[in-house]
Amino acid sequence: MARNPVTWLGVPAFPEAAHEALADSQLRRNLRHATHTIRDKRTRVVSEVPDWEELRRAGEVIKDDVLANLDTYLERLEAAVTARGGVVHWARDAAEANEIVLRLVREAGTDEVVKVKSMATAEIGLNEALEAGGVTAVETDLAELIVQLGHDRPSHILVPAIHRNRAEIRDIFRREMPGAPADLPAEPRALAEAARKHLRQKFLTAKVAVSGANFAVADTGSIMVVESEGNGRMCLTLPETLITVMGLEKLVPSWRDLEVFLQLLPRSSTAERMNPYTSVWTGVTPGDGPREFHLVLLDNGRTQTLADPVGRQALRCIRCSACLNVCPVYERTGGQAYGSVYPGPIGAILTPQLVADPHDKQAASLPYASSLCGACFEVCPVRIDIPEVLTHLRAKTVAAKPKTSPEKLAMTALGKVFHDPRKYEAAQKAGSLARYLVPGGKITKLPWPGSLWTDSRDAPLPARESFRTWWRNNRG
Amino acid sequence: MTVRVALFATCLGDTLFPETCKAVLRLLERLGCEVDFPLSQTCCGQMHFNTGYRDETVPLARRLGESFAGYDAVVAPSGSCAAMVRDIYPKLLDSDLPGRMYELSEFLVDVLGVTDVGAYFPHRVTYHPTCHSLRMLGVGERPLKLLRAVRGLDLVELPAAESCCGFGGTFALKNSETSTAMLGDKMRYVLDTGAEVLTAGDNSCLMHIGGGLSRLRAGVRTVHLADILASTEEEPWLATR
Ligand code: SF4
Repeated sequence: MARNPVTWLGVPAFPEAAHEALADSQLRRNLRHATHTIRDKRTRVVSEVPDWEELRRAGEVIKDDVLANLDTYLERLEAAVTARGGVVHWARDAAEANEIVLRLVREAGTDEVVKVKSMATAEIGLNEALEAGGVTAVETDLAELIVQLGHDRPSHILVPAIHRNRAEIRDIFRREMPGAPADLPAEPRALAEAARKHLRQKFLTAKVAVSGANFAVADTGSIMVVESEGNGRMCLTLPETLITVMGLEKLVPSWRDLEVFLQLLPRSSTAERMNPYTSVWTGVTPGDGPREFHLVLLDNGRTQTLADPVGRQALRCIRCSACLNVCPVYERTGGQAYGSVYPGPIGAILTPQLVADPHDKQAASLPYASSLCGACFEVCPVRIDIPEVLTHLRAKTVAAKPKTSPEKLAMTALGKVFHDPRKYEAAQKAGSLARYLVPGGKITKLPWPGSLWTDSRDAPLPARESFRTWWRNNRG
Repeated sequence: MTVRVALFATCLGDTLFPETCKAVLRLLERLGCEVDFPLSQTCCGQMHFNTGYRDETVPLARRLGESFAGYDAVVAPSGSCAAMVRDIYPKLLDSDLPGRMYELSEFLVDVLGVTDVGAYFPHRVTYHPTCHSLRMLGVGERPLKLLRAVRGLDLVELPAAESCCGFGGTFALKNSETSTAMLGDKMRYVLDTGAEVLTAGDNSCLMHIGGGLSRLRAGVRTVHLADILASTEEEPWLATR
């Protein structure tokens, strides 16, 4: 089986990957500024909605119903799309999905496609697969375009170029964008204008567009994309052929359900009351928009994730990225340290499940990339209990470890001490002897793995007399 | 009717911070409780659970339930251990302990119905809410109400108070550098307040932040909320460690 491209080849486990980002003080400052700005704004616009908690619960319930009856809804969606002149394709994994898209592009007789920003196509590495097949994919979302032109990797779900500042973007445009003025200033307006000129010509000539989907309505077969720039809408209307790659779980049963998500999503993601561009299409309409519509339904680890009663809640995710913006770990390391198109808290629980290999060291390190502070759960619009899934996945990682791993031996031994109050008190007494060895009342240097603590923090010494010993002597 | 209270010292409190446990004892007895410390208690298993050692957690959880059988209420001077029992135990085993487990400030405000515990602590203090108290237990304003009623205490607000200090149990070791970066920001905010004392309802977070402040020789002490509330004019808190 081909490697699942949801994680990037060659990225080390999270602690090592984070090392570089942590040393980059400019990156950390950029990230802190960006995440705090959106976080504060989100808090404000969410507090305007009196029934926010009910909306979250409604979002949770609708998505859980979809997940529990996924087969029924998917068949309903397929029938509705087909009835309206669309063609539905089923893809088990990334390789199959990429093959389908490449074949469709070739059949349309072109070697260039325009793309609407989409996590699903990033997850399967579609751009790379198309390129290998001789097809150029042009990203039309501004931030996505910056990442693409910079031969870079995304670092955020919503703002993939969040780690780049204006000057860097200017340099990328000057270097990589044909026709970009040599004296292009590092001004947001000028940069946007350059991108607009570049993209306009692409929109007008493209024969095929590829999109993802934010939502699909099972009853009617309608597909919805929400965006802020309007570039997606150009792709969805101008080309002759439209190919949508959609994760199996992006369904809602009916139009009525959209009401909930169209309130939850914009406030959670961009901290806007309403998102600027909402595009919906249903099959094909003669004389209007694309003449051909293909829907590729992507599994790529999803049905396997669905089989896990705790882990499956990750499939409720509507990719709003609110959890990234509040995560203290993401704030310090940025998204690339997660080594996956899904960074931050959702990446930490979704990526390992899609990879579905407990021996993959990089993926297995992701559920540990959290202090379990719970800020992600608090903001998640569909109430994914991310800390719960994190500890659940950690347990899976531990189960896959050999019995002789040093950590496992230590944890088992410690468990035994904790389980026996006599051994426990004896260990306390042995520990308090350390006081005679260490001057100054605190520990400033320990050998590894204690050094992981004492490299930056002093550690307290065990008390001269534990509380239980004191109690026994004075109160017992 | 007196409430029969069991003190849950937590492994960290019992071993490293016995003075805080004694403070809880003094405080609860001052408020008229009959306090016991069942010696069969050890650890709630949070570290094992959070690191992924679920099989090792269940016997610890069962043992804790047995230790505290028969008490009306169990009080822990730790938001994270109380949250472990209350939020996680129901997912692991059938036990009635979660319904009787209280974090100290909850017990004082909700069960005993007091906010002024008659404490005296003449210092400039700032309060860190700690993630598990804040989000898992939802203790909210309770600790602040208790602190505001302390005579002599000058309470100053901590900027970005709700952000995690970076401890997270084994996270501090497994992702030591990220943890240190989080700690760095937390310390900066603590120093910005000009407080002499940082307090919280959990010695684990205080041990982390205090360990960093001590390394900086920053001259800010970390003192558990229980130590502050137990301090009176007759028996004032003394820096013992
Ligand atoms: S997990 Fe929740 S908060 Fe995070 S991106 Fe998904 S829906 Fe948004």
